[in-house]
Amino acid sequence: MQVNQFHSLFYAFTFYFFGLVAIASAIAFVTRKSPVAAAVWLVLVMFSLAALYVMLDAQFIGAIQVLVYTGAIMVVFLFVIMLLNLGNPSELADARGKWGYLAALLIGLVMLAEVMALTRSNTIDRMIPPDLAAKAAAAAAAPLAGGVIGPIAAPLFNEYLLAFELTSVLLLAAIVGAVVLSKRRTNAR
Amino acid sequence: MMHHTSLLLQVASGQLPPTMGWFVIFAIIKMLVAFGIYLVCVAYTTFAERRIAAWIQDRHGPNRVGPQGIFQVLADGVKNFMKEETLPGGANKVMFILAPALAFIPSLVTWAVIPFASPLPVPGVGLIDMVVANLPIGFLFTLSISSLGVYGLTIAGWSSNNKYALLGGLRASAQMISYEISMGMSTVCVLLLAGNVGLNEIITQQASQGWNVMLLTMAFFIFAVSSLAETNRVPFDLPEAESELVAGYHAEYSSMKYSMFPIAEYANIITASSLMVTLFFGGWDIPFTSWDNLPPWTALKTVLTMGLYVGKVMFFVFTFIWLRWTLPRFRYDQLMSIGWKVLLPMALVYITVVASLTLGLDAAGVVRTGMGFKAAMLGMNLVFVGLVFWVLDRGRIVSPAFSRIQRAEIAHLRAVSERSDLSNQQGT
Repeated sequence: MQVNQFHSLFYAFTFYFFGLVAIASAIAFVTRKSPVAAAVWLVLVMFSLAALYVMLDAQFIGAIQVLVYTGAIMVVFLFVIMLLNLGNPSELADARGKWGYLAALLIGLVMLAEVMALTRSNTIDRMIPPDLAAKAAAAAAAPLAGGVIGPIAAPLFNEYLLAFELTSVLLLAAIVGAVVLSKRRTNAR
Repeated sequence: MMHHTSLLLQVASGQLPPTMGWFVIFAIIKMLVAFGIYLVCVAYTTFAERRIAAWIQDRHGPNRVGPQGIFQVLADGVKNFMKEETLPGGANKVMFILAPALAFIPSLVTWAVIPFASPLPVPGVGLIDMVVANLPIGFLFTLSISSLGVYGLTIAGWSSNNKYALLGGLRASAQMISYEISMGMSTVCVLLLAGNVGLNEIITQQASQGWNVMLLTMAFFIFAVSSLAETNRVPFDLPEAESELVAGYHAEYSSMKYSMFPIAEYANIITASSLMVTLFFGGWDIPFTSWDNLPPWTALKTVLTMGLYVGKVMFFVFTFIWLRWTLPRFRYDQLMSIGWKVLLPMALVYITVVASLTLGLDAAGVVRTGMGFKAAMLGMNLVFVGLVFWVLDRGRIVSPAFSRIQRAEIAHLRAVSERSDLSNQQGT
């Protein structure tokens, strides 16, 4: 049983490490005045979240988190921030006043209380429908067909194919819309 | 908490269960050996680049430090460490120092998941996988980590407080995002054939079906062009175009901080070459025989497959260098239109064709490992390669522009040039 103990120790250490990194960088992200520094901290938040996903055996989600959010979306954010060139961070006025901070603190405390209440009583366990829990247990026990992405790919392209295809059409519409809007502005000038 | 502490003591005193202990020991050995060799290879790739460039340009190149100049790398390293560190005025100091590391680390990490030989049997321990980290999402991991390489370049460009550096950084981010898409799309075909994202499974599939470069030639072409763009090599080295941007994103760097960028570039070349070998050239697979792919595993098999893997990677590293000293640089708009208007549509069409063909062949009952499947894929690729060659060629090689001019027109032009030839008008 020493192997399992060693695993659980290692698991606990990694979980707290990445959890703390995620929280610390999230705090740094909202408190930095320089937009580029804030963006880099946000990258670190997303990276630690990806590590947590991998620890939950959701390796596909972890990889996609890094690929899409860290590797693509945040690069575009950084690109835009650099192009805008907002000026010296020390001269940027903070738009959030005293009341904004107070409201944020209040909402944060309420959220924290909710999370603590949910985890202390076993409410989450009771909220999961029994048939879903049984399914999840069966899936966890069965050997994985098609590696780690098979269990995601099979329902996505069988049961939820229509929703998947509709989502892709929605994304395409968003891209076309962005192009049309930017073109119209250029023509009007 | 108590048992955790006692367990830590056991780990420290080496009382771990044997399997776990061996796993940790071999993981550490693999990390040290593999990354040590990798870094030496990166250093010697810079030397190879300079010698091959000299050979292509018919000059000597660095040949003074040691026999044939092989210690030039050490001399360069010492020189870089001794140089003065500079920090440009108005630069963001933290980001400026962070950027070289951000450029280098992703290529190093990506390399960790690529298998480089058949498993090695160790008496009393069992089989040791010849890969630093055998991840079940291996291939997706390489894609997602290599997408992080852009941060080093972008942040270096921005933090230097220099307009040329900023332009280089912006070019780097736009270019790498654009080509990442066609790169990812070209590898979808590989996943269609392998049915899995583990790199070991992809190698096994190629050992049984034949190398992917024969089955998916166009995917390899798109992947190779995109890797050139992702590594910022000629003809896609716009981010550091010295004729326009001084040195692009690393214009303000000096000393070892500068040196990290070329090191990152060569590390990227080796990683990209390894990925090409693994995805399209069978990885460590020895062609025309299944002797190397089947147990019993022996140390001889490990050595031979590793040798072949290194040979394949070296060939692609050479190709990268060869291209640099052969091709001119693209214009920036050409670069963008190749990425978005040529490679991406090509990759999408190719995915559709490969998916329909494999679906059709499976429905017709053709066995994937049989000759019929290979022949059908090969025929489809020949059609595709012919079409793409015809489009890219545009009458330059097959029917050159001068063959379309009338003979009378050529005679007329010759007459004009003879009449106005200054070399014939001596003494006037």
